[in-house]
Amino acid sequence: MKRFLKIYLDKPELAGLALLIVLLAVFQVKSNGVLLSFENVRGVMGLLPEMALVAIGVTILMICGEFDLSVGSVFALMPMSMAVILNSGVPFTAAVLLGLAICAVIGFINGYVTLQFSIPSFITTLGMLFIARSLTIVISGGFPPLLPSDLPTWLFTDYIWQGALFRMSFVWFVGIAVLAAALLSLTNFGNWIRATGGFNEAAASMGIPVKRVKIVCFMLCSVLAGFAGLLQVLRLGSPLPSIGEGLELQAVAAAVIGGTALAGGIGTVFGAIIGTLLIRTIDNGLVLSRVDANWFKFAIGVLTMFAVIANAWMGKMSRKIKVEAHK
Amino acid sequence: MTTPVIECRNLQKWYSGVHALKNVNLIIHPGETVGLVGDNGAGKSTLIKILSGVHHQDSGEVMIEGRKVDLRSPKDAMRHGLETIYQYNSMVPTMSIARNLFIGREPLKWSVFGFGLMDQKRMRAESVQAIADVDLHLRSPDALVGELSGGQRQGVAIARAMHFKSKVLILDEPTNHLSVKETDKVIGFVRGLKAQGLTGIFISHNMQHVFQSCDRIVAMARGEIVFDKPTAATSIDEVHALL
Repeated sequence: MKRFLKIYLDKPELAGLALLIVLLAVFQVKSNGVLLSFENVRGVMGLLPEMALVAIGVTILMICGEFDLSVGSVFALMPMSMAVILNSGVPFTAAVLLGLAICAVIGFINGYVTLQFSIPSFITTLGMLFIARSLTIVISGGFPPLLPSDLPTWLFTDYIWQGALFRMSFVWFVGIAVLAAALLSLTNFGNWIRATGGFNEAAASMGIPVKRVKIVCFMLCSVLAGFAGLLQVLRLGSPLPSIGEGLELQAVAAAVIGGTALAGGIGTVFGAIIGTLLIRTIDNGLVLSRVDANWFKFAIGVLTMFAVIANAWMGKMSRKIKVEAHK
Repeated sequence: MTTPVIECRNLQKWYSGVHALKNVNLIIHPGETVGLVGDNGAGKSTLIKILSGVHHQDSGEVMIEGRKVDLRSPKDAMRHGLETIYQYNSMVPTMSIARNLFIGREPLKWSVFGFGLMDQKRMRAESVQAIADVDLHLRSPDALVGELSGGQRQGVAIARAMHFKSKVLILDEPTNHLSVKETDKVIGFVRGLKAQGLTGIFISHNMQHVFQSCDRIVAMARGEIVFDKPTAATSIDEVHALL
């Protein structure tokens, strides 16, 4: 029993899962059964991949010991640049790849500037938040360009089949989440990411190229944010320059609620997904329960603080159990 | 005469105008445990950083087993069998013992360009063995290093160096911030190096620790080696008088 309790306490994402189940039950009752109805779940699951992919990228970067505030802007810049490139006559595949390459370059700049000048990534990416948002609006020329109507939305955002619960974006999300989780826990590169974020000096002294590891994580984070933006734009059908505003903080909140440590070294992809699900459930549940929607941010704020305090407390309890078992 | 395991010839190092190492010559024989002492700024750390590949000398040579080597990174030094354990401990507290033991040297099931799937079963089994080899008994290779005591952590670091068949173990003030009991444990590890056929360089501020565990005392001051005698032929007072 104690052993079970310790395992539970060591995994903050499980607490998130428990909270999620409680919230689902509460909102299910408060919304008179609408929350878990097919149509509603279908709607929420259409939104989930977009935010979850951003949260996964942010989580990996945070495990590596860095931070990215520019994901919300990159989320908008990628589809906008893709739309502009499309309108200049480039085929869709090439335009998507170019858009993702732009994201990779932004991630590289974030990482390079942070490491080369030894400034906190909080500052670098805060700068990039403004730069990428500004670029998005500048290249749109103030008017969002129209997307061609023959884009392969069947591959990205259409429902898997007529009347299916999930869109194709969900398949992408599951695939990427599985790959990201495997990268972190099964590969040597994942070991390096954790070591770099857990204790930079130790990783460096063991010969890990810590700077390169961090830059790769910055790039991965930006590319995932850009891809998530692409999914949203394909779903909406129009590249608005304002999408993704505030997303960076929600993604960080999702990571933290899912048990990722701000100081680095600790976190899981599963936790990021749980964190995202919690935020989406609160958002949706409040609306369905006819609560004033302006309480949404309040709830996320409380949840974030609560999650961090609970994680710290659980870590402490877990250590206590170990000491007692030793006596 | 056996070939020295490490030989430093005329090592010089400047740090933006400060002459940190002045023509340092040092020969270390296999199986020796050398205590390196000296005040802050005496050049101990600079010498060690050159041997562990963190810095590169401005002039002079490092020879390992009679061959000239060029240590450009910690990885280079490790490849030549020089492993360094720092005072802050080169373990990541948020990772398991098994993962820590293999940081940067993970056994892979398959790989592409050096990246691939770790053989976690082998990592667990080998880390249990490596830890048992240094007479350290831990419950599980999956325990987090952060849950270990300071002495146990240094023990795991030493187990790691032994597991990778290092020839020389450089211990850079491994007893700092440790309790008396933990310090004794680390000194025990240092004494045990000889039995394992390893050469040790033990850097410390604490004369007692060095005299308890080393065969030979080397003292540095102002970037030079000012003293070099077998432990049996000297005393703490004699070394103190010099520094």
